[in-house]
Amino acid sequence: MSRASLRWVPRLATPAWLLVAVSAGAFLVALLVALGIFAAYGLNPLEAGATIVRRTLMDGRGFGEVVRKSIPLLLAGAGMALALRARFWNIGAEGQILAGAVGASAVALFVPVGWYTIPALYLAGFVAAALYGLVPAYLKARLGVNEIITTLMFNYVAIYTVRWLINGPWRGRSVTGFSYSDRFARETYLPLWEGTRVHLPTLVIGVLLALLITWLLYHTRLGFSIRVMGDGPEAARYAGIKLLPTTLALAALAAGAAGIAGAGEVAGIHHRLIEPTSISMGYGYTAILVALLARRRAWATLITAPLLGWVFAAGDVIKVSLQLPFQITDVIIGVTLLLLVASEPLLSYRPVWHRAREATRAPTPVPEPEEKPS
Amino acid sequence: MNPPGAALPLLSARDLTKRFPGVIANDAVDLDLRGGEVHALLGENGAGKTTLISMLYGLLQPDAGEILLDGVPTRIRDPRHAKELGLGLVAQHFHLARRHTVAENLALGQPGAAFWRPTRELRRRADELARRYGLDVDVDARVAELSPGEQQRVEILKALLQGARLLILDEPTSVLTPQEADALFEVVERMRADGRAVLFISHKLDEVQRVADRITVLRGGRVVGRLQRGEADAAELARLMVGRQVATPQRLGVVPGQEPLLVVQDVWLKGARGVDALRGASFQVRPGEIVGIAGVAGNGQSELAQVLAGLARPSRGAVRLGELDLGSLTPREVRAAGVAYIPEDRRTEGVVGSMSVLENLVLRQVRDPAFARGVLIDWRKAEAFAAKAVERFDIRTPSLRTEARTLSGGNVQKIVLARELSGKPRLVVASHPTYGLDVGSATQTHELLLAQRKRGAAVVVISEDLDELVTLADRVLVLFAGRVVGSLTAAEAGSPEGVQRLGLLMAGSVEA
Repeated sequence: MSRASLRWVPRLATPAWLLVAVSAGAFLVALLVALGIFAAYGLNPLEAGATIVRRTLMDGRGFGEVVRKSIPLLLAGAGMALALRARFWNIGAEGQILAGAVGASAVALFVPVGWYTIPALYLAGFVAAALYGLVPAYLKARLGVNEIITTLMFNYVAIYTVRWLINGPWRGRSVTGFSYSDRFARETYLPLWEGTRVHLPTLVIGVLLALLITWLLYHTRLGFSIRVMGDGPEAARYAGIKLLPTTLALAALAAGAAGIAGAGEVAGIHHRLIEPTSISMGYGYTAILVALLARRRAWATLITAPLLGWVFAAGDVIKVSLQLPFQITDVIIGVTLLLLVASEPLLSYRPVWHRAREATRAPTPVPEPEEKPS
Repeated sequence: MNPPGAALPLLSARDLTKRFPGVIANDAVDLDLRGGEVHALLGENGAGKTTLISMLYGLLQPDAGEILLDGVPTRIRDPRHAKELGLGLVAQHFHLARRHTVAENLALGQPGAAFWRPTRELRRRADELARRYGLDVDVDARVAELSPGEQQRVEILKALLQGARLLILDEPTSVLTPQEADALFEVVERMRADGRAVLFISHKLDEVQRVADRITVLRGGRVVGRLQRGEADAAELARLMVGRQVATPQRLGVVPGQEPLLVVQDVWLKGARGVDALRGASFQVRPGEIVGIAGVAGNGQSELAQVLAGLARPSRGAVRLGELDLGSLTPREVRAAGVAYIPEDRRTEGVVGSMSVLENLVLRQVRDPAFARGVLIDWRKAEAFAAKAVERFDIRTPSLRTEARTLSGGNVQKIVLARELSGKPRLVVASHPTYGLDVGSATQTHELLLAQRKRGAAVVVISEDLDELVTLADRVLVLFAGRVVGSLTAAEAGSPEGVQRLGLLMAGSVEA
């Protein structure tokens, strides 16, 4: 016992800096891996990295792309943070974005325009996605159906529904050869930030929603119930928290947030209902990482959504300027997620280099230990 | 340590020290275990008994100090290594494959067991050992069908088969009826006579005095007393264990009302595994009365608590509180009707560990008008309430914002008690209210329950600790196989014949 050895000691509490460090560390390592991939393709990784930074952060239009891609990630991510807070594993944000896009398109295509048009687009997007999200929530709360499976499968239902709409009933009269809907009326176009494709109202809604969800969780009875349900399901039951209405409320809100993102994409950028994979390039899945990197804190998605929005924008540079596959962004996202999950033990345990007969300090506070069953 | 001429101890611990975050669980503990001796380790919950045996059995590595086996310093790597060295542990919670037979369980992990039909050779040796030590058990029975006492015998047999020279029994009597405990003492006696060493862990003074040749008392991780058989009386042992005189709460001065407040009539309920856990339970509780529910674990206690708290709806029968039919109400309505519930598992059911002390103190009350402003929570009022509760119930916490999970069991229980008892309940249901608590917190919990009785509340205490029930209850009922099979008054339950009778009732061998 004279050799030094590494021990893992349980932590009393996880310090905040560590949460930040682990999230940041996971992301940075993933970026290093991406540089490694550039090198494997025969590029100078530093030059490639510099190109990406120049074209995304130091160029007005490029930076606009970062922001525009952050918008759906922020909305879906803030909603995801709410759902994950209640341990409702919503993997269905992708489908909910599409449901929102369909709702907004319905208004844009079939409702006469007026002063109310733009609010109505968002409202329709929110309501359509919320209703879509309610189905798995009801199945879970009432029948105990696993929401991971239902929400995931609902993504495909949404994708094929959109394809059916643009090839069938909503197929544009003026369109030949392609499948998409008619172009929306001018009045439905969302105002853009000069010289970019950043649809400002959606951005504002996203920021407000992230703050609103944080406020909801800490200051309202519904938010309190959601947190109790997520952190102590046994205690929730006995505290008299009703599973069904609480689950429905949080799922509707989380899905509705994603729906607003979908409305923003079709009304702000495409101006028609188009191929589902072009409406959302996996924003709904990436929203899970946005929420996890933010440690399920809705306000923190204000930081993590732009981070991943930047990865998406970098993907365009990788494709266009570096002539490499866009899918390298998937590697960055995947590695970040993997490291984040793998570093979980670090949050509850502290590594200690241990020498026999060495004096260790006794930290405060001092709880009396309970007898643990052997 | 060794008296001259005594044989070398089978196992010695020297200066064993183990630290956990914020606490020294074992502080330079010395211990000598000799063959042919029963050594009792006495201490309260949290004194460091489990930590010590975990180190002896290789489950934890000491931070300092050493373990000597037959005088040779040895590092016990892990439980497998401990078994090879001739150590056996019978843990509080059994490690048996419930769906398999006793013989199969004995073969499991047996070094020499044959690959094909591993139980064949074992059977003979098992029978021989069982006869020698009086470990009466049917080797062909499935473990799931055995009583806790029988399962414990299987665990002991398993350790003996693996060649244990030293047997560690961790709180062995906590799952036994008094009669089963007597049988266990007989087994321990025979092992001693056979030259084996036994380390007997307990916090019950009478059984320690009865079985032990030597007693080591632990308190706060340190050895505070070493005694020989007959050297100390119960009062002295209690003083060593607790570190001060223990005052028993008084239960006098209240005459219960005449009309029953809680009426449980022929209640049936299916348990977690789909079988009827309650099978026609009936009893009544009057205001100002504490009724204790005794019984061996798994006879419907958890289900009864669930029914009373409104968490489960009985499939048959009625639960009435005054005029109200509790069986048809939601948990929220049951609480509004004045039912306080101290759950069995305080850390998962009683509190939300990752939420703050403040939030946990209002866990069930946030919807009350007192704390609500429309859909919002009035945190200022909640904080005022919580601050008062922390003071009144003496909850030791660094702040109201501290996460509940970082507090000790006693303080977690005080959070639950503060929340549940602040609403002047009519009925209090307490499930294992002092399980795992230190003596101070346990006494405080008892006083709070007695205060509710004095206030005129009907109180139901479900516990496996007979001493606790005798201390608190006006009447002790015995739950067996989902039915109330007997009822004793406090005076009866406190007498030796009463304990005898309780034991028989708990074992299901007499009908009331």
